[in-house]
Amino acid sequence: MNLAGVAWKELSHRRSSLVSGLVAITLGIAVIVGVRSVTIASEHAVAVKLDSLGANVLVLPQGATVDDYHTADIDAPTFPEEYVERMVTSALLGVENISPKLTRRRKAEGIGLVVTGILPDSEVASKPTWQLEGLEGATVEHVCSGSLGAHADPRLQRKVIDILGEDECLLGAQAAKRLGKKEGDKVELRDEHGKPVTLTIGAVLPETGTVDDDRLFMHLHAMQTMLGIGHQVSAIEVMGCCEQISDGLLGKLRNVLPDTRVTGIKQIVSTQQETNQLMDKISWGILVIVLLVGGLSIGNYMWGNVTQRRREIGILRMLGARRLRIIGMLLSKAIVLGVVGGLLGYALGTGVVTAMGPDTLGLQVRALPSWIAGSVALAVTVAVLGSLLPAWLASRFDPSANMQEI
Amino acid sequence: MLLTTENLGKRYQRRDVSVDALRDVNLEIQENAFVAVTGPSGSGKTTLLLTLAGLLKPTAGRIRFRDTQLEGFSDAQWASFRHKNLGFVMQNFSLVPYLSARENVTLPLVIAGSKGKQQKTRALELLERVGLGDRADHLPRELSAGQQQRVAIARALANEPALVLADEPTGNLDPALANDVLKLLGDLNAEHGTAILMVTHSPEAARAGTHRVHIEAGCVVEAAAQPA
Repeated sequence: MNLAGVAWKELSHRRSSLVSGLVAITLGIAVIVGVRSVTIASEHAVAVKLDSLGANVLVLPQGATVDDYHTADIDAPTFPEEYVERMVTSALLGVENISPKLTRRRKAEGIGLVVTGILPDSEVASKPTWQLEGLEGATVEHVCSGSLGAHADPRLQRKVIDILGEDECLLGAQAAKRLGKKEGDKVELRDEHGKPVTLTIGAVLPETGTVDDDRLFMHLHAMQTMLGIGHQVSAIEVMGCCEQISDGLLGKLRNVLPDTRVTGIKQIVSTQQETNQLMDKISWGILVIVLLVGGLSIGNYMWGNVTQRRREIGILRMLGARRLRIIGMLLSKAIVLGVVGGLLGYALGTGVVTAMGPDTLGLQVRALPSWIAGSVALAVTVAVLGSLLPAWLASRFDPSANMQEI
Repeated sequence: MLLTTENLGKRYQRRDVSVDALRDVNLEIQENAFVAVTGPSGSGKTTLLLTLAGLLKPTAGRIRFRDTQLEGFSDAQWASFRHKNLGFVMQNFSLVPYLSARENVTLPLVIAGSKGKQQKTRALELLERVGLGDRADHLPRELSAGQQQRVAIARALANEPALVLADEPTGNLDPALANDVLKLLGDLNAEHGTAILMVTHSPEAARAGTHRVHIEAGCVVEAAAQPA
């Protein structure tokens, strides 16, 4: 037997004290893990909501203005579609979706429209409004917000996009009204030589209250052929991840595409950044409070236990145990309690929030396996810190008081 | 000489009042002696014992143990001195309640860092010696007062101390058990040559000693060998 063995004997002998100590530590860690899990899940949820604001970075030809992008001037400058590939191969972190566009004003059956050529696969993810309407189901992977997938419903995925061939188009709600067209009808445009180009309307888009309502969307490559301008695009819309935007994503994009104009959509970006910063502050604030409460609860237990053991500590001191060994004995107990309490606390905190999250919080809270080691380390650290002062005071108990007892 | 004190003094400060618990105490305790320290309540008996153990710091005088001066020792030095040279038997037994009789006896060996097997063998040997070989695994609460005190005596001998300090060892025992404990202390003193300094207010208990020191108001008023 050694002094740690004496501490272990005490643990197994005073079971009610052991249970109350474990409960204090377990609850402390459970609260920390639970709150942290919910906070992280909230951050994910907020990130998903923020992404639903749509593309937040525009890449335009050098010399083009944002007005050009919206008005679709016939003379608006363009740049090569190959720039998309350049962005993809640069593997910049935070670029979640790249959506090249070619936009021009054209007449369809005598009525002026804005025609936008899109690459369907990428277009879907950058049009969350469409997704909300249930027309599209492409999966958006939130690269910057961890492993959380979004909106994956196989029945809806690419419902329209798969059938948007080079002879098909999507029509905005207002455009459809003006043309008097519906899904399945044909619409006729003219190519650069005045030859008719007939497209089948794959779907009439629901009204969104944006410029998209007056647009006709067709396949980018079909539009390039129709206009005879080769592989040129007039803009690339990018969904940039908020954290990386704060981290200089715009600058990095400018380095990759030096002869373009890379601009953030200020309102969206600033909303995303402000919300992220707010979430960060709230998260840290909660963590500090929970750490304090959990730490005090554990420290309070250790204090009570050391006081309860005053007489035994006096006996050990009388028999010649040095102060450091007494402190070591008390801390070894704190370590044992910390390890067990940390594991139990992790299991309890994770179990409760993952079970209750969807119903009570409306959040899909996931377990954080990386927090197992953290929970144990935190519990041990707090238990040791919470024990240091009482252990030090215990080592200074006057053993003569024990000898004069009774 | 095993232990010598020269003009040993201990003064307490209680609020604005100074109280001399020990005054100019000069003692000589020989190897193998069994000294009974007597005196009325509050005369300074226990203070003397605690001071000799380094559990109270003297405010005056010197303490020498064999060839070593002790009065300037640090806390750690006193701790080391205690576990190497002293054993304790207290009125309240001072047993750790959640350790068995055997484990209580091993405590001085635990502090000394002895190996587990050595601890066990030594503890069982001592428990046999005090007549509790069959109670080795019992907790203190499962033992009578006399048995608990015998466990405490076994523990006091575990590290083979040169001196056992006993503070009213029979104070909580009825007369029959008290006699058993006193006989046991006397036998151990005679068999092993372990010196014993026993504080007691009981004249009957004091007669067990080979020497007697009487204290009143912190001063030694009588020190003499007792007839066998």
